[in-house]
Amino acid sequence: MEKTPLIEARGIHKRFLAVHALNDVSASFFEGEVVAVMGENGAGKSTLMKCLAGVHVPNEGEIRFEGEEVTIPNVNRASELGVVFIHQELNLADNLSVGANIFLGREPKTKLGFIDHQEIYRCTAALIDQLGMSFSPDTRVSDLSIGHQQMVEIAKALSQDARVLIMDEPTSSLTQHETDVLFKLVKDLREKGLCIVFISHRLAEVNEIADRVIVLRDGQNSGELPREDIDHDRMVALMVGRELNLHHKTQGKAGDVRLTLKEVQVAHAPDEKVTFELRSGEIAAMAGLVGAGRTELAQAIFGIGGLLGGSMEVDGTPVKISDPRDAIAAGLAYVPEDRKQHGVIIEMAIRDNVVMAGLDRYQQYGFVQQARHEEVAEEAKSQLNVKSPTVSKEVGLLSGGNQQKVVLAKWMSLGPKVLLLDEPTRGIDVGSKSEIYEAIEKMADEGAAVLFISSEMEEVLRVADRILVMHEGRLAGDLTGNDMTEERIMQLATGQE
Amino acid sequence: MTMDTTPDSLIKKLIRNNRKTLTIFTLLVAIATITGIAHSTFWSPTNMTNMLRYVGLYGIIAIGVSFVIITGGIDLSIGSLIGLTGVLFPMLLLEIMPSAPVIVAVAIVLGLSLLLGLIHGLLITKLKLQPFLVTLCGLLIYRGVARAVAGDRTKGFGNEYSELRNFMVKNDIFGVPMPFVWLIIVGVIAAVLLNKTTFGRYLLALGRNEQAARFSGINTDRMKIFAYMICSLLAGFGGIMFVLDNAGATPSSFGNFYELWAISGAVLGGCSLRGGEGSIAAVICGTALVQVTTTAVFFLGVQDALRWTVMGFIILLGVTTDELLNRYAAKRRAAAL
Repeated sequence: MEKTPLIEARGIHKRFLAVHALNDVSASFFEGEVVAVMGENGAGKSTLMKCLAGVHVPNEGEIRFEGEEVTIPNVNRASELGVVFIHQELNLADNLSVGANIFLGREPKTKLGFIDHQEIYRCTAALIDQLGMSFSPDTRVSDLSIGHQQMVEIAKALSQDARVLIMDEPTSSLTQHETDVLFKLVKDLREKGLCIVFISHRLAEVNEIADRVIVLRDGQNSGELPREDIDHDRMVALMVGRELNLHHKTQGKAGDVRLTLKEVQVAHAPDEKVTFELRSGEIAAMAGLVGAGRTELAQAIFGIGGLLGGSMEVDGTPVKISDPRDAIAAGLAYVPEDRKQHGVIIEMAIRDNVVMAGLDRYQQYGFVQQARHEEVAEEAKSQLNVKSPTVSKEVGLLSGGNQQKVVLAKWMSLGPKVLLLDEPTRGIDVGSKSEIYEAIEKMADEGAAVLFISSEMEEVLRVADRILVMHEGRLAGDLTGNDMTEERIMQLATGQE
Repeated sequence: MTMDTTPDSLIKKLIRNNRKTLTIFTLLVAIATITGIAHSTFWSPTNMTNMLRYVGLYGIIAIGVSFVIITGGIDLSIGSLIGLTGVLFPMLLLEIMPSAPVIVAVAIVLGLSLLLGLIHGLLITKLKLQPFLVTLCGLLIYRGVARAVAGDRTKGFGNEYSELRNFMVKNDIFGVPMPFVWLIIVGVIAAVLLNKTTFGRYLLALGRNEQAARFSGINTDRMKIFAYMICSLLAGFGGIMFVLDNAGATPSSFGNFYELWAISGAVLGGCSLRGGEGSIAAVICGTALVQVTTTAVFFLGVQDALRWTVMGFIILLGVTTDELLNRYAAKRRAAAL
């Protein structure tokens, strides 16, 4: 190619402990273009962008800026080069004014060494004007809409003479109107010669604005589409199209209805009403993109919060769940997404964690029955093959996979009717993964209804008897049998129908 | 990591499980020895009895605040509550209802303490106010109320109720002063509550990780409220004990700063202010350390003006040692993995 890329990644490898997040990934970005980086959850999009912006340092490979090899060890170096990364979660001090945020950490000073508020005001006003916005530089950031807050981030980037602007899912929390405004600005910036790179899940948006699409899959380059080749089917094919060796679970005999949700409304997406049933012996996978509202739904079912309306039944009996206690009493169990924050108490022993939810059962007149705890924990440990010499070992000293087995053991010992699992195998080694699948299948065989939230396509297809797909808080599809394909799931998850 | 089944590792295990108690106990013995060498009257029966008496009195309120600290909270209102109950108790016995049995006055004082603890707990859990603020307001409010109900005059027993005073605080059993006997009773109950009941287990769990505890179906709010009630109850009991010991209470100063002595004892006893850990035996040792140091400062002829400075350094030394030992142990365990 004639033109030298503005910034280029060559053969990047990035490993996090056992996870090979980027495996020989290359990508180039040119002046005056808008590039969309796409891929499934965990494909390595964010990691690649963070390597370019100095958040991560690659283990191997090189980064070139205007043809020169550079190292970007930190964010400061990146902004010296003009590479600015705008995180999905905006990084603004929302108690400060717009101007204060834009110049945070590099405030212009007066001769006496005080902050030069007039200079900040002047520069900020000019930037806001340049972006075609109309709020005052003195506005507190918390008083702005999310869309305007994002504009503040962009203004901050421009004030640092950004040449490459990387945005991680910039539209995920914007309204349609705000998105339109953002895209108009992106086009203006492109005219001025900036390179804009954005991560997106939304195919329609990419179609509208991208000059080029780079697709990653499982930490590797999957393909690129120039402007004229961008269309929905090609993007989906590049995102998911790998041949899978499926070990499909033999269709479990679905029994009686165990959990019924009727028009359940969750604070995350208050306008949507979710209705479905889960049957005894059935493993229903719940697929969807990050932010589709799956965790929020599971937590609402379990009484953690956010339940606005609708009704639930367990085994045909209406239940009112406003706290995890009610949920447990009704026979529900929940394995949370964030294991260390919500699943286990890492400073406590395996035994104490296993019996945590069942202490009320293993007590007499309020006194704990230590011997009974020992028994329950030993049994769970051998059933789930938790690798530890004793049950008195601290959970924090176990591997992630074994910690997750402890969480499962906690619920298994109670014999739940409904098991809600939220990304139960995330960050877990392959060996533990299959042991966890086996344990879950065993619980289903014993009559539990299982809801298995997962963002890994391969896993969804492996464990599911049935697949529920969420899109922006809505139940977009309920797939069974031959409909359970990657393409169908991606179509539904990206809101194509 | 080896299996913990051989007898010699049983001793190791005992040491490991009680490391905090041992650390603080060692420090205690060290300071006592040094002071004893410098000044042999430190070991005199009079001084020993005296110190045990104060360990008993302060230990009771330190155990109370330990429960709150285990939940990750704090109670600053203890001293003022002691001030309030300390003037209220003699007033009830001598002025308000002189003919009623003592037990009624005790019940009223303890009932009031429980009620105030309940209010602290409700404000902290249901309104989600910060423990520091709620109990700081308690500190101000109860001090004012104590002064107002007493008309800002000292309330005391004079020559009355000497039997009650003897029974509660002045006598001894085989040379052990009564306050220390009471501390042992309260300590045993507290240790059983903390280590043998589901309540204690829940408290330790929620102090470590409130979310995980809640997700396991634990009624974390209720457990926290109980902890504040226990703390205030023991502060109220402490108020009764202190006023019986002292024979009277001046509402403007009685119990001032006692919350800090209680918190110091608890923290020296290994209750992390981050919550989730604590052992009653260690808290008693921590309180003893505070008292022995106070006495040592006197015996060693340290200028009285510097007394609190020395205390500050001792507490700093105690918690620093503990933290360093903790890190060392964590490293060893990680390496053994």
